[in-house]
Amino acid sequence: MSKEYKTLMTEIRLPYELAYGPVWTRFFEGMAEKKIFGTKCTKCGRILVPARSFCPRCFIDTDEWVEVAQTGTLTAWSYVNYRYYGMPTEPPFISALLRLDGTDVDFLHLIGGFDVSDFEKTRKMVKNGMRLKAVWSDDRKAHIMDLKYFKPA
Amino acid sequence: MSKKVAIVSVAQSAGPASKDNFYDQAYRVTRECLDKVGMTRDDLGTVVSASSDIFHGGISCANAYYWETTGAFLKNASRQDGESLFAFMYGAMRIMTGQYDNCLLLALCKGSENPENDTCTLMFGDPFYHRNLGLTETTSAAFQMQAYMEKYGVTKEQCAKVAVKNLGNALRNPYAHRRGKYTVADILNSAPAAAPLTDLQIAPKSEGFVAMLLASEKKAKKLTDKPVWFKGYGSSLDTYFLGDRDLLKTQLRTAAAQAYKMAGIKDPKKEIDVAEVTEPYAFQELLWCEELGFCKPGGAGKMIDKGTTEISGALPVNPSGGVLANNPYVSRGLQRLAEGFLQIRGEAGEHQVDKKVKTALAHGTHGFAGQCHAVAIIGV
Repeated sequence: MSKEYKTLMTEIRLPYELAYGPVWTRFFEGMAEKKIFGTKCTKCGRILVPARSFCPRCFIDTDEWVEVAQTGTLTAWSYVNYRYYGMPTEPPFISALLRLDGTDVDFLHLIGGFDVSDFEKTRKMVKNGMRLKAVWSDDRKAHIMDLKYFKPA
Repeated sequence: MSKKVAIVSVAQSAGPASKDNFYDQAYRVTRECLDKVGMTRDDLGTVVSASSDIFHGGISCANAYYWETTGAFLKNASRQDGESLFAFMYGAMRIMTGQYDNCLLLALCKGSENPENDTCTLMFGDPFYHRNLGLTETTSAAFQMQAYMEKYGVTKEQCAKVAVKNLGNALRNPYAHRRGKYTVADILNSAPAAAPLTDLQIAPKSEGFVAMLLASEKKAKKLTDKPVWFKGYGSSLDTYFLGDRDLLKTQLRTAAAQAYKMAGIKDPKKEIDVAEVTEPYAFQELLWCEELGFCKPGGAGKMIDKGTTEISGALPVNPSGGVLANNPYVSRGLQRLAEGFLQIRGEAGEHQVDKKVKTALAHGTHGFAGQCHAVAIIGV
């Protein structure tokens, strides 16, 4: 940023320490074990993923843990081809919502494992409804990116 | 409604970068709004502001910094964080209690000083899950657009026509930030972003200080011979987890239904004369028009093809250029309402619509892919 009038360049860095809480602790520890955990609402029967401590719809505790499938179906996607602060990987990449088999909500993650350098080629290949399978990182840290991406199955 | 509330005055700043500082700009817009109806600071009843720290120069509890600029010093005041159309309802309610005969609303955002919009909206995401996957307002809108086009067969050309229309309308709006005569090809061939969005289908980061004075019926009649009456309001919000939501069935339906019921509107596409909607992404104007009941789900592509929403059309949408032309984040909803006020009073200048405006609709949204929505109806 440079403007023709007098400006002040300023930046703030603030450290915070946030509790994961028991449910997200278990969910992210599952990532390190190559497992995707959801929780089931005993009232509506929906399986929510990532795991939640309560069902927002029924507003009751979800006390049943479920290890969900590592395969699913694509429901929405975007070919991201620009740089921005906080991008999860170098562009171009594909950000996506997918419905893991047996679950009742969409899971946010990335699609990869093939050449995405050309948008037109990628667009011919990636379609809503396509089948996907989880690919794990070898170096896992109980983090959402322990799951590298979902590749076409 | 037991007590009537009117909008009696509005003032706004322009969208491009200004060399004035935040504090002075906020004061000037407030002062202009009061001066238009001959109000002094002493007469001011109560104040509701709308701003958001993440969009405010890194100043925390930012309202503490700017209270003098709104005239709130030694008075009652409160702040809405996030979408400013919510602040309108809080202000109206304060008058309806009978405690105050007027209320100043001030929405504040100086986008030119902020990091990129995507950087700010990335911070909407929790740092455990959504933020680590790079979710922003833009990527979530791209999912919504992709799903929308695929479900209804609305084309990318139809989505681009929204940007052509709004950036074209903005040529007539002196406050707009981005404007121009573009073709559908220009829009589609602009820089890549999160596909299917391209750069010209994404709102800029703008400045926007919007002041609005509300008054009780009695006070309004003393202040102006052209009060614009508050007729209806609704708001609703959806779950935070993006994957829990149906991106094509938004809470705008609920918000609109509430507002129409309160205003006694049965057929919005006939009874609304002009609409100003918050469309930070071009296709969202189409989706929001459907959710507002201006046409059937999936029908907005054909509606824009027919020119219905043009400035000279049967139901003009965003004659000001909308948010694609001017995107002062937090202020954008109240700016839509200010534009509706100007249209009803016949004071919109070169972007005044051709038809007589009795009833206007303003819409505001905030969050990923329209997590929350507010709709206000005003009229003569």
